[in-house]
Amino acid sequence: MEKSKIISGCKVVIIGGSAGSLNALMQILPEISKLNGFAIVIVLHRKSTDDQTLEELLALKASIAVKPVEDKVVLKPGFIYVAPSNYHLLFEKNETLSLDTSEKVNYSRPSIDVSFESAAEVYGQTLVGILLSGSNSDGTNGLKAIKASGGTIVVQDPDFADMSFMPNNAIQNTTPDFVLNNSELLELIISINN
Amino acid sequence: MIEDIELETLINDVYEYYGFDFGSYSRASLKRRVSRVIALDGFKHFHEFLSKVRYDPEYYKRMVDEITVNVTEMFRDPAFYTVVRNEILPLLGTKPFIRLWHAGCSTGEEVYSMAIMLKEAGLLHKCLIYATDINATVLETAKQGIFPLRMMKEYSENYRDAGGQEDFSSYYIANYGIAKFNEELAQKMVFSQHNLVSDTSFNEFDMILCRNVLIYFDNNLQKRVINLFDESLAVLGFLALGTKETIKYSIAMDKYKQLDKEKIWRKVK
Ligand SMILES: C[S@@+](CC[C@H](N)C(=O)[O-])C[C@H]1O[C@@H](n2cnc3c(N)ncnc32)[C@H](O)[C@@H]1O
Repeated sequence: MEKSKIISGCKVVIIGGSAGSLNALMQILPEISKLNGFAIVIVLHRKSTDDQTLEELLALKASIAVKPVEDKVVLKPGFIYVAPSNYHLLFEKNETLSLDTSEKVNYSRPSIDVSFESAAEVYGQTLVGILLSGSNSDGTNGLKAIKASGGTIVVQDPDFADMSFMPNNAIQNTTPDFVLNNSELLELIISINN
Repeated sequence: MIEDIELETLINDVYEYYGFDFGSYSRASLKRRVSRVIALDGFKHFHEFLSKVRYDPEYYKRMVDEITVNVTEMFRDPAFYTVVRNEILPLLGTKPFIRLWHAGCSTGEEVYSMAIMLKEAGLLHKCLIYATDINATVLETAKQGIFPLRMMKEYSENYRDAGGQEDFSSYYIANYGIAKFNEELAQKMVFSQHNLVSDTSFNEFDMILCRNVLIYFDNNLQKRVINLFDESLAVLGFLALGTKETIKYSIAMDKYKQLDKEKIWRKVK
């Protein structure tokens, strides 16, 4: 399963998570001081009424700037983008993000599958998808799509996830390139494009 | 998922056969929607779907209904409605007559939300509310003011969060899974089909609401539509967009002043 840990030519790291994933992010993000030529996009299940708290929390903890996501914002390397509540987040060919209010998928909006699939279409091999803790099956199909278009897929080690269902479901139904605990995830992200 | 080239073929054919231009729609969403309708209707091959669209105008209509995203809610984003209630309605109320336009109103939940607030502010009697959409099917629902009963709990919470003080259930009659809103609310509403891509301005308004419609358009079309709204808005009128949409790339910002943190702008000149 472990292929060489060197990922190069990466443009986007997309991270999906549900219950318990914020904990992992709070451990990982503060330790990253710079992104080597790629952007991080975070898609978490969140309350539809949560307007800004998640962005504010992440901005407070992360040392890299968190860009607010509005419709058609340009995705630039070096920044963190967070999917807003109550919209699906999609990727356009001209490297902008767009939003969509269509039906929930896996009871979720934003849905991880929707964003992962859309990112896979645009970024192919230059995409890394990471799925964290959660108690929902969202994300598994998205990882499949990323893999199918040549990207790298990573799953949080269920033994170290607050909620193991989501990563377990992904491991059972896909072939992850890496299954990692939080400090290994951090190491991997820092090593990208180095 | 269909291929990019298939999507472009569909867009070209629809334009050629029906004159409707989806060319400026955001591709990521459009591609998902078209793929979804192909799967939903059981087409095995893209070309079968394409010839059905070409030669069957009824099916073309269905396709358009299915690829437009019509998801909507009453009092979606209560903070937005709170600002409308507290800051905008008092200003509009000083006018002898108030014209509003909901562009892309879908099944009308937003229009009824507005009518409830106008009624509570004692303004509904002097309003005219135009509500338009490209999709004729959703407009039929909107005219009837019939929404799913199972949504009422959430809507009444939204209503309360938006500063509503009345008993929300007094605005509708519940019956077999549906909530039929009082006809009094609909008295000042005019529903009609209007296409933001190709139709022109048709009146002058004191407030235009177009929420979560521009997200389906590319930057160029967004700019054109914002300019259409600008032409249709009286000086000192208000333009309201969805929480993640902006006018700032589309129009000279010295003409507009934003209210608070909400996506509401006042035309100042
Ligand atoms: C997501 S709904 C927005 C409903 C409501 N305004 C809200 O925010 O809840 C988007 C609506 O835009 C309409 N629409 C899409 N393209 C349009 C066009 N070219 N002209 C007018 N309406 C359009 C769709 O039919 C759909 O009903």
